[in-house]
Amino acid sequence: MLRKLWKWVIIPLLLIVIGVVIVVYAVNNPTDSLVARALTYSNIFKALREHLGLMLVSMFGAIIVGVLAGILLSRPKLYYIGRGVENVVNVGQTIPSLAILALFFTILGLGFRVAVFALFLYSILPILRNTFAGLTSVDASIIESARGMGLSPRRVLTRIELPIAYPIIIAGIRTAVVINVGAATLATFIGGGGFGDLIVTGLAVRRDMVIFTGAGLAALTAIILDYVVGQVEEHLVRW
Amino acid sequence: MIKLENVTKKFPGMSIPAVKDLNLEVKEGDVCILVGPSGCGKTTTMKMINRIYEPTSGEIYINGQNTLEMDPIKLRLDIGYVIQEIGLFPHMTIAENVATVPMEKKWPKDKINKKVDEMMTLVGLNPEEHKNRYPSALSGGQRQRVGVARAMASDPPIMLMDEPFGAVDPITRARLQNEFLRIQERVGKTIVFVTHDIDEAIKMGDAIAVMREGQLIQHATPSDLLSAPANEFVENLVGRNRSIKRLHLIRIREILDSVNRIDPATVDMSVDDIKKRIDESDIRSVMVVDRDNKLKGIIGVNDLKKKAGEVASDYVQDVSDSITDDATLNDALSVMLECGEGYVAVVNEDDQYQGTITLGDLLHVVKEDD
Repeated sequence: MLRKLWKWVIIPLLLIVIGVVIVVYAVNNPTDSLVARALTYSNIFKALREHLGLMLVSMFGAIIVGVLAGILLSRPKLYYIGRGVENVVNVGQTIPSLAILALFFTILGLGFRVAVFALFLYSILPILRNTFAGLTSVDASIIESARGMGLSPRRVLTRIELPIAYPIIIAGIRTAVVINVGAATLATFIGGGGFGDLIVTGLAVRRDMVIFTGAGLAALTAIILDYVVGQVEEHLVRW
Repeated sequence: MIKLENVTKKFPGMSIPAVKDLNLEVKEGDVCILVGPSGCGKTTTMKMINRIYEPTSGEIYINGQNTLEMDPIKLRLDIGYVIQEIGLFPHMTIAENVATVPMEKKWPKDKINKKVDEMMTLVGLNPEEHKNRYPSALSGGQRQRVGVARAMASDPPIMLMDEPFGAVDPITRARLQNEFLRIQERVGKTIVFVTHDIDEAIKMGDAIAVMREGQLIQHATPSDLLSAPANEFVENLVGRNRSIKRLHLIRIREILDSVNRIDPATVDMSVDDIKKRIDESDIRSVMVVDRDNKLKGIIGVNDLKKKAGEVASDYVQDVSDSITDDATLNDALSVMLECGEGYVAVVNEDDQYQGTITLGDLLHVVKEDD
């Protein structure tokens, strides 16, 4: 019980407290007026709101689309298409995140929505790939014995295949989260906002404190989200 | 009970059918063994019964009902299914694995729990000890037992088993086979059992269907198969030493009454009485049992000379090995050869002494048959 409280409440709270300390310290101890103008509570909260917005919306969509597509492609009838898609995904994964954002900027223009869409597409890749790999790696004999005992294809998927593939699927989601946080800081270049705004501002006015605050908060967000997904993973995998 | 009529299965892209125009009938309560070399279509035949494979042509009836007209899911829920790889679900505990079909059938929870305990006990696993473990924590033999328990959990009248004992070591396999036969004696299911091991077929089957290149070559009882193989192929499959194979067919308890060996000594029997018994015994030694008739050991004629003592318990030596009375004569022969003795003590499931059989008894049986 204490362990649970520690894992699910205290550690995340501690990480959040660290973030709050960074913010409070930075706002109250500006090194000069330039820093003071860049680091106000309203600026930081706007960046936080945008950053979380970018991540959560794109991740939420990516998990749903990635997992569903992975499931569909792993079905025997679509298996060969799935193999092809897997190769395309692997190639897609090698494109740098900045290039992805730039690509969508040239097609769709500027703004928060374009950034969300680019992040969403980019985050689908590891989730789709791991879902497909996880489901297709389930031992054929396990599936055959489940079928032979009278489980319908849907029951085989929900009771047998998905639970066995969970660890790999969640690992994919974890990878996506980490990539996503990193890429989200780049959204600023196409007007997507987020902590990237702070970093770019800091660079423009050459004030390390602003850069550190933006970068530190972005990193902390990544750590917290990765931690939470990791906990979910541990919770689901008992065997 | 199960009837296959002119069943043919051709896999796409294959020029010759895997199963060709097969007719086979399995009687209720029988163990029908499909045997043959790999690629002979035995597994394909079995998998058409629960429609894992759909026949290309022909009909399969279960209790007069055409399976091809039934809902495959409902059909399979009433057919136990065990495959060589077992296919236990690694993310579920043993109890959850065994409960799979009852849960699909939406039995009430307490009924499922009771059934899980019952099935685990039936296959010789302690429910308290193993229930909440995961398959990865079990040995190969234990997994095989869970596989059988899982297949039988909802009391299906029919079981399909594809080399269920193929992946375990020979000693465990013999034990599992004997346990399986003991269980089958009690439950009397209709079983289609696939193996490539003719010895296993002879030991386990009520009827044996020999297959080759998708066709049924001979369908007969084990002893008919041994005495009248249909053609050279079956003769080669059965092998030259057919009289030894006969030992697979006979259970120890079937000959135990006729061997008429000397009664065992009790632990408190005096030396003189033991001497008398040993003199009368054809193996120059006498088994020793305790008050509950449990086997304690053996006293040979030489043991009496070596030591001084007054009662049997002073002289008793450990027996090298014993065997249960539901094992076959062939099992007894292997134990004798392994221990280098000309006899083996026979006990029942509770380790109570039932008698002793010797190499001479086995020879006698083989001779009688010829």
